[in-house]
Amino acid sequence: MAVPLAYNLRNLRERKTQTLMTALGLALTVAVLLSVLALVDGLRATFRATGDPLNILVLRKGATTELASNFDRSVFNDLKFKPGIARDTSGEPMASLELVTVINLESPEHPKGMNVNFRGLTPLGVRMRRGLVIERGRWFRPGFREVVVGGSIAARFPEVGVGGKVRLGRGDWEVVGVMRAGESSINSEIYCDLNQVAGDETRSDVLSSTLLQASDPVGKAALIRDLSDDQRLNVDAIGETDYYERQTRSSAPVQFVGLFVAGLMAIGSSFAAMNTMYAAVSHRSREIGTLRVLGFSKSEILLSFLMESLVLAALGGILGCLLVLPLNNLSSGIGSFTTFSETTFQFRVTPAIIGIGILFAGFMGALGGLFPASNAARKEILVALRSV
Amino acid sequence: MFRYLSFILKSSMRSKRRSLLTIASAAISLSLLGTLMAIYHAFYIGEAPPQQALRAITRNRVSPAISLPISFGDKIKQVPGVVEVMPLQFFGGVYKEPKNIFARYAVEAERVFIMHSDYSISEEQRQAFEKEKTGCVVGRGIAEKYGLRIGDRITLKGDIFPVIVELKLVGIYESLYNDDVLFFRFDYLRDLLPERRRNKVFAFQLLVDNPDSMPRVCKAVDELFRNSTARTRTEAERAFELGFVSMLGNVKGFLLSISLALMFTLLLVTANTMAMSVRERVREVGVLKTLGFTTPAILWILLGESALLTSLGGIIGCCITGLLVGLVRKLPAIILPLSSLQLEPSVAGLLVAIGVCVGLASALIPAWAAARIPILDALKFTD
Repeated sequence: MAVPLAYNLRNLRERKTQTLMTALGLALTVAVLLSVLALVDGLRATFRATGDPLNILVLRKGATTELASNFDRSVFNDLKFKPGIARDTSGEPMASLELVTVINLESPEHPKGMNVNFRGLTPLGVRMRRGLVIERGRWFRPGFREVVVGGSIAARFPEVGVGGKVRLGRGDWEVVGVMRAGESSINSEIYCDLNQVAGDETRSDVLSSTLLQASDPVGKAALIRDLSDDQRLNVDAIGETDYYERQTRSSAPVQFVGLFVAGLMAIGSSFAAMNTMYAAVSHRSREIGTLRVLGFSKSEILLSFLMESLVLAALGGILGCLLVLPLNNLSSGIGSFTTFSETTFQFRVTPAIIGIGILFAGFMGALGGLFPASNAARKEILVALRSV
Repeated sequence: MFRYLSFILKSSMRSKRRSLLTIASAAISLSLLGTLMAIYHAFYIGEAPPQQALRAITRNRVSPAISLPISFGDKIKQVPGVVEVMPLQFFGGVYKEPKNIFARYAVEAERVFIMHSDYSISEEQRQAFEKEKTGCVVGRGIAEKYGLRIGDRITLKGDIFPVIVELKLVGIYESLYNDDVLFFRFDYLRDLLPERRRNKVFAFQLLVDNPDSMPRVCKAVDELFRNSTARTRTEAERAFELGFVSMLGNVKGFLLSISLALMFTLLLVTANTMAMSVRERVREVGVLKTLGFTTPAILWILLGESALLTSLGGIIGCCITGLLVGLVRKLPAIILPLSSLQLEPSVAGLLVAIGVCVGLASALIPAWAAARIPILDALKFTD
């Protein structure tokens, strides 16, 4: 028969301050880990939500980002009639030639400014983004200096709401609408008419990339191979979803630092838990002796103290989760070294992350409780009973 | 406090295991804190090395990824206070494998070592770079990491530029601050590029006559191109490097909040230890008082014990920080100030001081309570 858990709970309550302080130390460690995980998860969710599984992004061979890619109009004309590309209702191939550049938005709140992607595309290109809707205002008209800004940008920079202006190339562009596409990174972009911006940037024949839609998932892989292997075109094709998945790498430094710090803090915190548990064991020598006299075995004593440490850790874990909960849905921005533009994302504290936090706390509790518990189990009955 | 030192030492040795665990826990927290402080210092407090303080970067106002006309260089040269101007073409590209990260710049062979007079290279190798159009020079750090020797062939596959450059290593330079850069010749890259891209450059590097004229020069240069096709942003080289740090998001907030969490954890751990340690000794306090120790003396003894443990933790923490800082230096040099990260003596001193303060603060409440307890109550106390 195991030592009742109530015995441990009562003991933890008896040493309230100590229990709370140790748990709080564990909680802070858990909180550091979880806030980093919530950041990475939020960023991943944003990039995962971007891109259609059927879409293929085509860049010049060797270029890894749209910004670094130069795409000749003639290449576009050559590739848009490749077999395997979906057609719209009027029989046009679903292929969108696009130009991507970045602009710097400044505001009193962001004096250094924030870089955002500025994308020129055709109405067909807009249609190819599933789930993209106008939230306020209307779409830009071809041939006009009009732009539509993503919802996250409009939220962070009120000056560029409908009726506002952004500056690029030869002058101002009027904001005529705000768009939104789920949680996708389109919310951090600005859209305008392709030919208008190409003329402005004096690169009418050299654009950035092409977005294609494959007619079916099987054909997609074949189409990607076909495009990438075509020596004449000299392009690289990649699934749009894969392209955005790759962008998650910009969170790698934060993730690395966060995990490293949390890992080291975990060692420190389990030492603290160990201290507390050793104190508990030495404090209760006589009780341990009594328990042994009552017939509880060594392994039951070990289990009991280990359980106590785990309960303590679980308390810390729960506290840690409570500490990071306010982060949920908090917006932040992260830049990318490859695109030099910023993507807005939201911290996401998911049930999975909470689970990881509790497990992590449990791990620290086990680490901190194991030695004191085995110490308790190994006590000689008579010595234990006689100790003061 | 010091005349009780031997007494403090004895009482901290009483529960060796607890003291060791506390020291270890404090050392780990403080070493992390020290590393974060060293990074914070490098980013936001430390000054640029003297030669770097003379260099500025002019780039497109919108983004370092959008180029400027090469003709801007001559105009910048006219600005009073500017000694030298050199196009600084960031090449990117891949050397053998994408994971081999180091900066590659196309520069002017005759100017690069004037701009970087803090880089030392033999006269002979410098001249070889000026003569050999396909020549390149690398820092000692790269040469060692990839086992490169003079005369080796280096092939870079372009990603930003649609070309493959084939280079011959003609020189290896040494630099205390940044030896993770490969320089090759701008005129060679230009020959390879299509017409349209030949006359564009991502940035210019400027050398100013003295550090005081830096703000004025930066402003004058940007003013020059205010109404041109491409507006510029000119800033001290260090500020430019830090611009990349801010791309990672709110780094300052990140560093500060983790540091705060660490300090608080440390405070909790030591406070907990001291509470346990004092509780065990209430009766002893009664005996000491009977022997004639005053309340302040007892307070000092208890505070001293805690400060001793955490300052030991601080010293060990400093040593671990030294190791961690060395590890950070070895990371791929994406963020320049990190590749020369040092544990400054001021930061190390601050770290030990923080250790002592946390120790004192955490012992204050239990020690205060114990020191003030009346003799009879103390002697009667059972744990």
